[in-house]
Amino acid sequence: MQGPPRLAPYPMRWLRLNRGGLRAAVVGAISLTLFLLAWHLLTKYRVVFFVRFTNVPSPAAVYESLGRAMHDSKFFMDVMLSCRRILLGFSLAAILAVPLGLLMGRFRLVHEVLYPVMEILRPIPAIAWVPMAIMLWPTNEQSIVFITFLGSFFPILVNTLHGMSLVDPVLVRASQCLGAREISIFREVYFPASLPHIFTGLTVGMGVAWVSLIAAEMISGQFGIGYFTWEAYSLVQYSDIALGMICIGVLGLGSSALIRGLGRVVMPWNRT
Amino acid sequence: MSEKVGSPPSKGHVEVKHFDLSYDTLEGPVEAVSDASIHVNPGEFVSIVGPSGCGKSTLLNAVAGFLKPTAGEVTVDGEVVDGPGADRGMVFQQYSLFPWKTVKGNVEFGLKMKHLDKSSRDRAARTLLGLAGLTAFENKYPDSLSGGMKQRVGIVRALATGPRVLLLDEPFGALDAQTRVIMQQILTNMWQRLKISVLFVTHDIDEAIFLSDRVYCMTARPGTIKAEITIPLERPRQQSMMMSSEFLGLRRGLMSLIREESIKAMGGELNDLALDGLSIDLHGQSLADVL
Repeated sequence: MQGPPRLAPYPMRWLRLNRGGLRAAVVGAISLTLFLLAWHLLTKYRVVFFVRFTNVPSPAAVYESLGRAMHDSKFFMDVMLSCRRILLGFSLAAILAVPLGLLMGRFRLVHEVLYPVMEILRPIPAIAWVPMAIMLWPTNEQSIVFITFLGSFFPILVNTLHGMSLVDPVLVRASQCLGAREISIFREVYFPASLPHIFTGLTVGMGVAWVSLIAAEMISGQFGIGYFTWEAYSLVQYSDIALGMICIGVLGLGSSALIRGLGRVVMPWNRT
Repeated sequence: MSEKVGSPPSKGHVEVKHFDLSYDTLEGPVEAVSDASIHVNPGEFVSIVGPSGCGKSTLLNAVAGFLKPTAGEVTVDGEVVDGPGADRGMVFQQYSLFPWKTVKGNVEFGLKMKHLDKSSRDRAARTLLGLAGLTAFENKYPDSLSGGMKQRVGIVRALATGPRVLLLDEPFGALDAQTRVIMQQILTNMWQRLKISVLFVTHDIDEAIFLSDRVYCMTARPGTIKAEITIPLERPRQQSMMMSSEFLGLRRGLMSLIREESIKAMGGELNDLALDGLSIDLHGQSLADVL
C-alpha cells in the first residue's frame, strides 16, 4: 500500500514553480552590474577607442550628482514639470485619439474624410512641429505640451483604428440578436474588443510622448528634465548630463509600467 | 423563466413564404435561394439539412433578420422580420461569446439590453446557468472554457431574453463527436423544459433526425426545399435509438434524397458536356456520315 504522494516542503515548491521569474531577475541583476562595471572601467581609464570616454562622468560621479540633486529643489521642479507636460499632452492625445479612432473605425464617411489628412500628417515627426508650434501657441509651455500631444496622438489613433478593423463581426451580430442597438453595440462590443489594441497604442504613444517632450524641451524649453540635461552640457557639468539621461530612462520605464498596470486592471479577461 | 415551464407554447410561429434571395455579381445576378417555404409551429423543433452552400444558413439568417429577402416574406408570430432582435435568439457555429465578459456577464447581456435592473438580471442568469449546469463557472471568462461549455453558455445566453424562437446555425459543428452527443442531449432537455420553437441548421443527418420533430431537406444552386419529413420517433429520445430500425429507415430515406439530388446534378453536368462535345465534332451531321 502506498500513501498519498509526499509533497516537497513549501519553499522548495515555490522555488520550482517560480523558476522562470527568479532566473530572469538574477540574470537581469547580473547584466545591470556588468553594465555599471563596464561604465566604471571605461571612464576610470578614460578609454579612447573610436569613441572618447575622456569627459564622460563615472558612475560614482553621477551618484554624487544625484545626491546633490536630491537636495536641490530646482532638479525636483524640472522633473515635476516634465511629468506634468507628459500627463497633459498624453491625456489630451488619449482623450481625442481613442474616440476618433472608434468613430473612424465604425463610420465609413468619417474614415473617408479623415484618413487622407491623417496619413499626410502622421509621418511628420513631432519635433518637426516645433517652429509651427511656437507660432501657433502663445506660450512656450503650451507649445511644448502640444508637441508632446502630437507625439502620442498618432500611435494611439492608428492602433485604435487597427483594433476596430479586427472586431469579430460575429460578436456584433450576436449582440444584435440580444437586442443591442447602435450605442450599446459601440459600448459593449466595439470598445472592449478594441481595448487590447488601444492599450498597445497607449504604450507606444507614451514612449513617443517622452521622445517628443525631451526634444521640445531641449530646443525651446525652459525647465524640464530635457532642459536640465541640455543645460548641464552648456554649463560643463558633465555628470548632470548622465543624471538627466538616467532620470529620463527611469521616468519612461515608470510611465510604461503604469499603463501596463492600468491595462491589467481594465482588461482582466486579457490575462494569459 | 420558470413560470413558462408547463404552460402550453403559444408563441414562436415562424413562417417563411416563397423566399427568394439573389445577389448581384459582375456576371449578373446569382440566385442563392429560390422559392423556399418553411414554417415552425410554436414549440416545435425543426431542422434544415442539406449540403454546404445550399442556402440553409441563408434562410436562418433571414429569420434572424440579417438578410432581407429579394422576394417573399419572413414572419414571426405574424410580424414581418425587419432586422435582428432579441425575440429571435441565435447561436452561432463560432462560439461568439464576448471574451471580455464572464459567463454570467454573457448570459446577462440580453437582459441588460432590456434595461432590467441588476438584481433581476442576476437572478435570471443564475437560474438559467443552474439549469445548464454552469453555476460553478459563472465567474470564468470564456477563454478558459472548453468548446462544449462555450456553446452551452451560448445557448443559455440566447435563451435568457425569453425569445419566441431559438435559431441555431450548425452549433455543434466544431465539437468532437462525444461532446456533440452530450450537447444534443442538453439542447433537447432545455428545449423540452422551456417549450420554445427551434430552427436548427446542420449538415449532419443523424443530428437532424435525433433532435427534430420535422426536417427540411434542401438542395443546392439555387437552394430550394426538396422535401419535408416528419420524424415520428417518440420522446424522450435516447442515444440508443440511433441504432433502431425506425431511425435507420428515416436516415436511409433522407440519405437517398440527398444522394439522388447530387447524382442528378452531376449527371446533368456530364450529359451537357457530352452533348456539347458531340455537337462540336459533328457539326449537325450524323455520326455515320462523319465516319
